Amino acid sequence: MLVLNLIEAITNALDVAMDFDKSVVVFGEDVGFEGGVFRATKGLQAKYGEDRCFDSILAESSIIGSGIGMAINGLKPVVEMQFSGFMFPGFNQIVTHAARMRNRSRGLYTVPMVIRMPYGGGVRALEHHSESLEVLFAHTPGLKVVIPSTPYDAKGLLLSAIMDPDPVIFLEPKRIYRAFKQEVPEEIYTIPIGKAKVVKEGMDLTVVAWGAMVKETQKAIEVLEKEGHSIELIDLRTISPIDKATLIQSVQKTGRFAVVHEAAKSYGPGAELITIINEGAFLYLEAPPMRITSVDTIIPLPKGEHHYSPNVELITSELRQVIEY
Amino acid sequence: MFLENANPLVDEMIQILNPKGEVVKPEWMPELSKEVLLKMYKTMRLSRIIDEKTLQYQRQGRMLTYAPNLGQEATQVGSAAAIRQTDWVAPSFRELGVWLYKGAPLYNIFLYWFGNEMGMKMSEDVRILPISVPIASQMQHATGLAYASRLKGEDDVAVAYVGDGGTSQGDFHEALNFASVKNTANVFIIQNNQFAISTRRAIQSKTRTMAQKALGYSMPGIQVDGNDVFAMYAVTKEAVDRARRGEGPTLIEAYTYRLGAHTTSDDPTVYREESEVEEWRKKDPLDRFRIYLYSQGFWSEAEEEAYVKAQSEFVKETFESVEQSGMTPLEDVFDYVYAEKTPILEAQYQERKAFYAKEGK
Repeated sequence: MLVLNLIEAITNALDVAMDFDKSVVVFGEDVGFEGGVFRATKGLQAKYGEDRCFDSILAESSIIGSGIGMAINGLKPVVEMQFSGFMFPGFNQIVTHAARMRNRSRGLYTVPMVIRMPYGGGVRALEHHSESLEVLFAHTPGLKVVIPSTPYDAKGLLLSAIMDPDPVIFLEPKRIYRAFKQEVPEEIYTIPIGKAKVVKEGMDLTVVAWGAMVKETQKAIEVLEKEGHSIELIDLRTISPIDKATLIQSVQKTGRFAVVHEAAKSYGPGAELITIINEGAFLYLEAPPMRITSVDTIIPLPKGEHHYSPNVELITSELRQVIEY
Repeated sequence: MFLENANPLVDEMIQILNPKGEVVKPEWMPELSKEVLLKMYKTMRLSRIIDEKTLQYQRQGRMLTYAPNLGQEATQVGSAAAIRQTDWVAPSFRELGVWLYKGAPLYNIFLYWFGNEMGMKMSEDVRILPISVPIASQMQHATGLAYASRLKGEDDVAVAYVGDGGTSQGDFHEALNFASVKNTANVFIIQNNQFAISTRRAIQSKTRTMAQKALGYSMPGIQVDGNDVFAMYAVTKEAVDRARRGEGPTLIEAYTYRLGAHTTSDDPTVYREESEVEEWRKKDPLDRFRIYLYSQGFWSEAEEEAYVKAQSEFVKETFESVEQSGMTPLEDVFDYVYAEKTPILEAQYQERKAFYAKEGK
C-alpha cells in the first residue's frame, strides 16, 4: 500500500496505465521533460520514453486535435490542459469532434481519450488559472466529466477514464493536490464513472459536493453535527453522467437537499441537481433545496478571491438555514 | 524531383498536362498503367455526374444542402490516386473524388448528405475520417493519425485536405507546426478553389502563394496546377513517398477553381461574373484528361458516351434507393452518443418511445 497525496495518486495512475497498456500516450505543455507544472507526469518520460510522454507544442487545439487523431488510430491519449482556464482554444476540438466522432460515424470511429485539467480556485493564482468549468463539458453530449476529491478516488477514477471507450474530461481540484495523503493500492483498480459516493450517512439533510468542496463541506458538517444534526454527505465524483438514483434515494430519506460547488451559481451544476431532486423527490421535501456556490462574478484575483467561493463558515451558515427551515 | 527545388515564393505552378490536353513536361509524366489512368478518369467523370445530378435533385426539392466539387476533380482524384489504400485521409467536405477513389460507396455518401449519419459508417478499409465541417479542424486529426501510425510501427501516411479559406484558421497553422516539429508522415493539400463562400483568395491572405506558408514550418511547399491530374498525382506521390520514408510533411497548394456554388444554398452570381467562370471552364480538368486519353487511344467517344449513360443510370438508381431509406430510427439517435447509453439517455429514449406509442406513431 502506498501513501499518496492527490497529485501523486494521479502520477501513479498514469504510471501503472502506461506500464499496463502500451497504447497509452501522455502529452501536453511542459508534460514531458519537466513532468508538468504541477508535476503530475513526473518521471514518466524518463521511464517510458519521449515517444509516449512528450512536451506538446504550446497550442491547446493541437493537443486535443492531434489526440483525437491518435485515439482514432488506436492509441489512448491522456492529455493535459495546463489549467482549465487555458482550454478554450481546444474547446472547439472537444465539442465539435471529440464528443461527436462516434455519433457522426455511427460507431466507426471513436475517441477514447482523457483530457486532464487542473481546475478551481484557492491557490492565489493569476487570471485564467482558477476557473470551474465543469458545466460547459457536462452540457456537451458525448463527453463524460469526472472530478475526484481524494487520492484513492483520483487513481481509481483516472484508470476508469483511461479504460473508457469515450472521451472523458478529468478535472483535478488543484487546491487539494497536496492537501492530504491517503493509502492507495499499488496495483490497478477502478472506480466506476457515473457512481456517486456516500461519504457519510445522515438523516436530516443531504448535501452534495465534489472536488475541493468536499473537504470544506465535511468541516461544516462537523460543526453542525456537534449541534445535534445528522447530515448525509455525497461526493458526486461524476458530473456527467449524474448518478440520479443515489441522490434521489438520499433525499427521500432526509427530506432536505443542498448542493455546494465552486462553479458560478446561475445555470450552474446545482441547478441541474436541484431539478433532479424536484423531479424525483418533490413530495419528500421539507425545505426548499439550496445552492451554496460561488457568485456570478468574474473570479477575482487573489486579493478578492475570498469573496467568491464558498468557505466553511458560509457553508455552515447556509446549511443551518436548510435544516432550520 | 519537385519538392527539392520547389520555391513557393515564386508563382510558378507545376503543370504536366496543359488545358489543351498536351503533355508539356514529358520528363515529369508519371508512369501510370492504362488501367489506373482509366480508373482515375472514370472516377473524375463519375464525380462530375454525381454533382450535376445532385444539383438537379436539390432543385427538385429531393436533396438537402450539398457542396459540389465541379472543377476540382483533378485535384481530388490526382492526389487520391497517389496514396495507398491503408493511408489515412482527413477530409473537409468537398472531396467527393477522394471518397470515390478510395472506395466509399456512393449510397453512403448520398445517405449522409441526405441527412442520415449512417452514411458515414462504411468499411474501415476506406480509411477516410467523416466529413468535417469546422474549417481546418481536421488537419489536427491528421497529425495525430500519423503520429499513432509511427508509434505502432506502421508506415501509413495521413493526408489532410483544406480549402484556401482554411489557411486562415489557427488549426491549419498548429497542424503544420506539429507535423514539422514531430516530423510526422503528413501531406497537407490546400484545395485553393479561389473562394471561401464569397470571399476571394486575395482577401484571405496576402502571401503570393498559399504554398509559401510551408516556409514558416520548415517543410516543402509547392504550388500545383490543380486542374492537371498528372501534376497532382506526381507531386502528391513524391510527397507521400517522402513522408512514408520518414522524411517529414509537405504542403501542397492545388491551384484550381470552384466552377459551382459553395453549396446549393449559395448563389455565386452575386459575387462573381460569368465571364470569369467561363475562362476557367476552358481549363476544365476533365476535358484535358479526356483529350489526352483519346490521343493515346485509351478511351473513345463511344466509350465516353456509354460510360456517362451507364453511370447516370447508376447515380439515379442509387439516389432513388437512398430516397427510399426512410427516416432515422429513434434508436440511432441515442445509440451512438456513448459506447453504452447512460441511464439518463436510456430514460430519455424510453420517454420518447412511450410518447410515440401513446400517439400511435
